[in-house]
Amino acid sequence: MPTTSPTLLRLDGIVKRYPTVTALDGVRLDVAEGEIHAVLGENGAGKSTLMKAIYGVVQPDGGTIEWRGAPVRISDPVAARELGIAMVFQHFALFESLTVAENIALALPGSFGLADLAGRIVEVSRRYGLPVNPWRSVHELSVGERQRAEIVRCLLQSPRLLIMDEPTSVLTPQAVEQLFETLRALAREGTAILYVSHKLDEIRRLCDRATILRGGRNAGEVDPRAESEAHLAERMIGRSFPKTQKRAHARGAPALRVSELSLPPDGPFGVALHSIRLEVHRGEVLGIAGISGNGQAELLAAVSGERRVSPTEVCLSETPVGHLDAGERRRLGLAYVPEERLGRGAVPGMSLAENALLTASRKGMVRAGLVDWPAAEAYAARCIREFDVRVGGPHESGTGGASATAARSLSGGNLQKFIVGRELVQQPGVMVLAQPTWGVDVAASALIRQRILDLAAAGVAILVVSEDLGEILEVCDRVAVMAGGRLSPVREVSDTDAAEIGAWMAGGFLQ
Amino acid sequence: MIRLARRPAPSRVMLWGSPLVAVALTFALGAAAFAAMGQPPLGALHALFVSPLSDLNGVAELLLKASPLCLIALGLAVGFRSNVWNIGAEGQMYIGAVFATGLAIHFQERWGVWMLPAMIVAGIAGGLAWAAIVAALRAHLHASEILVSLMLTYVAALIVKYLVFGPWQDPAANNFPFTVSFEDNALFTLLANYLGALEGTRLNTSVLLTLAAIPLAWVFMKYSFAGFQLRVAGDAPAAARYAGHSEKRAIWIALLIGGAAAGLAGVTEVAGPIGQLNDRWTPGYGFTAIIVAALGRLHPAGIAVASLLMALLYIGGETAQVALQLPRAIAYVFQGLLLMLLLACEVLVNFRLQWTASIRSSQAA
Repeated sequence: MPTTSPTLLRLDGIVKRYPTVTALDGVRLDVAEGEIHAVLGENGAGKSTLMKAIYGVVQPDGGTIEWRGAPVRISDPVAARELGIAMVFQHFALFESLTVAENIALALPGSFGLADLAGRIVEVSRRYGLPVNPWRSVHELSVGERQRAEIVRCLLQSPRLLIMDEPTSVLTPQAVEQLFETLRALAREGTAILYVSHKLDEIRRLCDRATILRGGRNAGEVDPRAESEAHLAERMIGRSFPKTQKRAHARGAPALRVSELSLPPDGPFGVALHSIRLEVHRGEVLGIAGISGNGQAELLAAVSGERRVSPTEVCLSETPVGHLDAGERRRLGLAYVPEERLGRGAVPGMSLAENALLTASRKGMVRAGLVDWPAAEAYAARCIREFDVRVGGPHESGTGGASATAARSLSGGNLQKFIVGRELVQQPGVMVLAQPTWGVDVAASALIRQRILDLAAAGVAILVVSEDLGEILEVCDRVAVMAGGRLSPVREVSDTDAAEIGAWMAGGFLQ
Repeated sequence: MIRLARRPAPSRVMLWGSPLVAVALTFALGAAAFAAMGQPPLGALHALFVSPLSDLNGVAELLLKASPLCLIALGLAVGFRSNVWNIGAEGQMYIGAVFATGLAIHFQERWGVWMLPAMIVAGIAGGLAWAAIVAALRAHLHASEILVSLMLTYVAALIVKYLVFGPWQDPAANNFPFTVSFEDNALFTLLANYLGALEGTRLNTSVLLTLAAIPLAWVFMKYSFAGFQLRVAGDAPAAARYAGHSEKRAIWIALLIGGAAAGLAGVTEVAGPIGQLNDRWTPGYGFTAIIVAALGRLHPAGIAVASLLMALLYIGGETAQVALQLPRAIAYVFQGLLLMLLLACEVLVNFRLQWTASIRSSQAA
């Protein structure tokens, strides 16, 4: 019974201030031994900062941390590991060219033989249902296997508390189920688990208790199994849960066609594409599901024009554009929201007005080679207004207004709203979006998804590439899956389900 | 103990403050160096930095030296903003001077008033041509523009030597390595001809070109779409590809603007105070301009101020030689110190100094 177990970790009044923002403002958190405790919150709610404080990556400016009843100061991750705290990060820290066993050896203190270690890895992986081959190189592993290697690495340190930061964002539905089994087994043996996520259905399925954070403060502690998803969401975002609405839309003529696209890999870890064929019609949303690293990046580069291919492999309406660069394809009505927001979709150090100019320059912002800055500022201001982009506190609105804010000072969700807005306001004929709501908070995700649906209703052809199966099923009319550089057959969303798509994500359509 | 702590955002104060800190540290270390050599530090600094400006002629000489530095640095700054590191402005300046000299000595008085404009065009073309080699190798063969532009500087220097020791040598020069002196129509007019107050100074109309170039560069960087594309290419190459800006075009523009400015600076020298081509007419303007561009934060106004400071170092070096019997190389010591400290202080933009140990509260530097 988790509620009666002794308290393992107690945080009280934790404060963390950064020069421009207070990330944590008096946060409280209790974790009992052997419980699976969710930390639920939107992006920017302070979840990551709180976990970093527990794992010793950041030092809080105030508040107390008690570990098994005694106050502690966790000065760095080494100190955290000595206490028995382990953390699986969202982005794995594994060396691609080393084997699983070598990677794990690097993280463990003391000296031991690699063969012994491999034996222990196999033992732990068998005990918790985490199949991992210690002798394989990391670059050969799928994302799910890498995550298992990370978890095994943590488990070998016999932690009393395991922190999992957004662990399911890269897993197939089947792999998620498998991970949950592992976590439940660990909890039964007395290991506490802090499960950080914004996915409500997972938290309701897995967790005993949930601490909800909003804007760096506690917004309640609840039993997620006893609450409705809508109620949880309301607590998390502070208002009622936005719902997307599909509008009636008719499928028109094909606007984007990829025919027999085959490409060699563009690097040692690149993926080759094998005769990809797809058609996106006006007024429909085609989704491409699948785990990242199965050729999506390569396909997107070929569609967007960042990588040029032979002319007829990519067509916009009936015009072959495979040989054109990204700018020339934009001129023909293609818009693209890339997966990486900072550094690709937006220049981090530049203002929003400058970032509007980046791709929307053709919308009357350049005359005779000179930039009409007021026009760029007006365009940025329009994106900010229409897409509800929050550009930080009043202290940031300097002389140039909101459009003078640097892209890097926006939160992930707000930057994504800006980028999506910038592309949509250009009124494209074909819109391509990669991971449109990855790492974006609930309210922003709902807004972005609704805009995608509205755009389809207005007759735009839309291609959405996403790892988030829930998102694909929510916004798409038809869906295909990428695995191993190949594209599965295309299905109507109404004729398929998560189980079939999940099997395809693991390569099931290739037989 | 001092620790570097990353700032959450680059400091706006330090963006401009760090060059000032570097200048202050340069003066401090320089004064210490003078003291070590047995010179009274304040007197030496006075000789270096104040006494050259004590009369009109000194100020005129300062402007004359600052002008080519400023011109070259303006061109380089455009490239530096797009992360294209043209280190070979010196060579591009040589070739600009060679092209202009070719016209001046072969067509002499035949072209009348058109001679100087033609030389300006030829000089720019020379700088462009030399930079084009770098651009072609970088854009199409991925050769490092840093190495290629630097090595081409030595090629350019040898070309100048070959010409002034060989085919272009003044027959009346007793085998000294220089060309004939340019005719009046191949020289920039002295400003003293228009402004009596400048009587006796060597200041000429070429400084007007530099004065015009400063706002031009500012407009290019702030208002031109090409300038914007260069900045994107420098800040975030992936974003430039995503937006469909041509990477090759950015490399070409960045190098050609630097080459053109350097070529023009070459003309202003040979058709200005030098009045001929010889094998040792430049005190390294092309290299010093790199420091000027960095010191001026790649901003035209900053560059204008920085070029004055670096020119002062050149002139002060000469004064120090006369007044204190110090080697002229003292100017280069200061240049080196300044560049090194400039790069070191750059860290203050993104980091702040923290005194750790027993003091828990962090102190900003």
